[in-house]
Amino acid sequence: MIELIDLHKSFGGNYVLRGASLKVEKGESMVVIGGSGSGKSVLIKHIIGTLKPEKGSVLIDGVNIATMSENELYETRKRFGMLFQMAALFDSMKVWENVAFALMRHGKLTENDAKKIAIEKLRMVGLAGVENLMPSELSGGMKKRVGLARAIAHEPEILLYDEPTTGLDPIMADAINDLIIEMKQKLSVTSVAITHDMHSAYKIADRIAMLYEGRIIETGTPDEIKKSDNAVVRQFITGSAVGPIKIEGVTA
Amino acid sequence: MAVNPLIKLIECVGRPITMFWHTFINFSEELGRIMLLLYSALKQLILPPFEVKNTLKQIIEIGIKSMPVVLITAVFTGMVLALQSYTGFKRFNAEALVGTVVALSITRELGPVLTGLIVAGRAGAAMAAELGTMRVTEQIDALETLATNPVKYLIVPRFIAGLIMLPSLTVMADIIGIIGGYFVTVGLLGANSTGYWKRTWDYLETSDIYNGLIKACFFGATIAIISCYKGFYTQGGAEGVGKATTGAVVLSSMTILISDYFLSAWLFK
Repeated sequence: MIELIDLHKSFGGNYVLRGASLKVEKGESMVVIGGSGSGKSVLIKHIIGTLKPEKGSVLIDGVNIATMSENELYETRKRFGMLFQMAALFDSMKVWENVAFALMRHGKLTENDAKKIAIEKLRMVGLAGVENLMPSELSGGMKKRVGLARAIAHEPEILLYDEPTTGLDPIMADAINDLIIEMKQKLSVTSVAITHDMHSAYKIADRIAMLYEGRIIETGTPDEIKKSDNAVVRQFITGSAVGPIKIEGVTA
Repeated sequence: MAVNPLIKLIECVGRPITMFWHTFINFSEELGRIMLLLYSALKQLILPPFEVKNTLKQIIEIGIKSMPVVLITAVFTGMVLALQSYTGFKRFNAEALVGTVVALSITRELGPVLTGLIVAGRAGAAMAAELGTMRVTEQIDALETLATNPVKYLIVPRFIAGLIMLPSLTVMADIIGIIGGYFVTVGLLGANSTGYWKRTWDYLETSDIYNGLIKACFFGATIAIISCYKGFYTQGGAEGVGKATTGAVVLSSMTILISDYFLSAWLFK
């Protein structure tokens, strides 16, 4: 359903992606792992088309979104939902207006109907009675839940998660992991998450892909990744400072 | 080791030339990006759906909320203009022309320019800060992922509001400025009321007013697009938002003052 083929992307001459290729099947939950600055966010932005590759293709159901016109791209994005690292809630809107944003804009629903759906989606993510609050009145975990409710409000086919557990305490992080699994089961969506939280990756992934030096160097089920012989993968999943992965800005 | 004097000379001459060249390239690049954003905003402006609710909100933010500051500035500008003109003109018995001077100065020049500078400082800064914060907190990216064109949703309403509200505020500033001048000349300095108005209407032409309003439209569009540009392309967290806000006010104000000369030379031949 989602296929990235030989993606290349650079910023100011600095190559972030150097031929990244990845295939995500329909209904699958793919987690892309990699260190800070490895290009995970750049990769996910290519999937939703907010960045265009210099070379390569991004196929969604066989259609290359990298060559789409602006209008076609916006139409395609209606099939996506995305949860941002810091939730990225619109701070000038109430919680329910955030959740109902896409419904009111594209669904042509009345304000009342959209609000009812927003409240229902907020309940799905375990929040009740917060619909009339402003985002600034919510805790970090609540913001993530609202962000998730906004991502699923228009019932997308593909869900993207950008570091879903970063910045949360372990209990809240686990609750978000449970929600991601619940969303997959209830909504049968295809999902791609990027994270460096291995606990989260093992829990939510059907398959895990490791991004290193701009390429996907290994793909496999959580069990296969745990047993990987690849030194880079081993260093990353065990969280060791010693190994082939050099820490950016730190000299040996 | 002694440095070759020729190399030193080339270095001395070359350094400012290189600096000037880099400044010129940066300026051209920024101007080009502003023009591309303007083109994109104009394209989105004519395409449905129209952002009526957002535009009304921006009209209130940019126009209605700037009104008190604009009007206070206008009334005191009219008053000080009348006071200075009256005491100056008295030296050669031309006090009767104070009304004319106030009306012409306010409608042709001070009304649009001061309104522009105030709106640039107040609403321009707010636009850049708001969009800048939205950029660094990924809210603009979130709009894109929710299949919403951020240029249409965020920039077009601000552009329309700037274009409409600057001339509207200028009309009010013109009226209040002239009334301020009248208050000082007639009320405080004791000039003749009928003579003040007669001289004002005798020499004030319709073209003085509408050419001033053309300037105001240009300033409104300029403030909006520059401030939106600075905010929309903010990089680097809180510091970036600060830089974008300062940059928006400085660039808008400079553009208003520089373009004012050329617009005046073109409109008031």
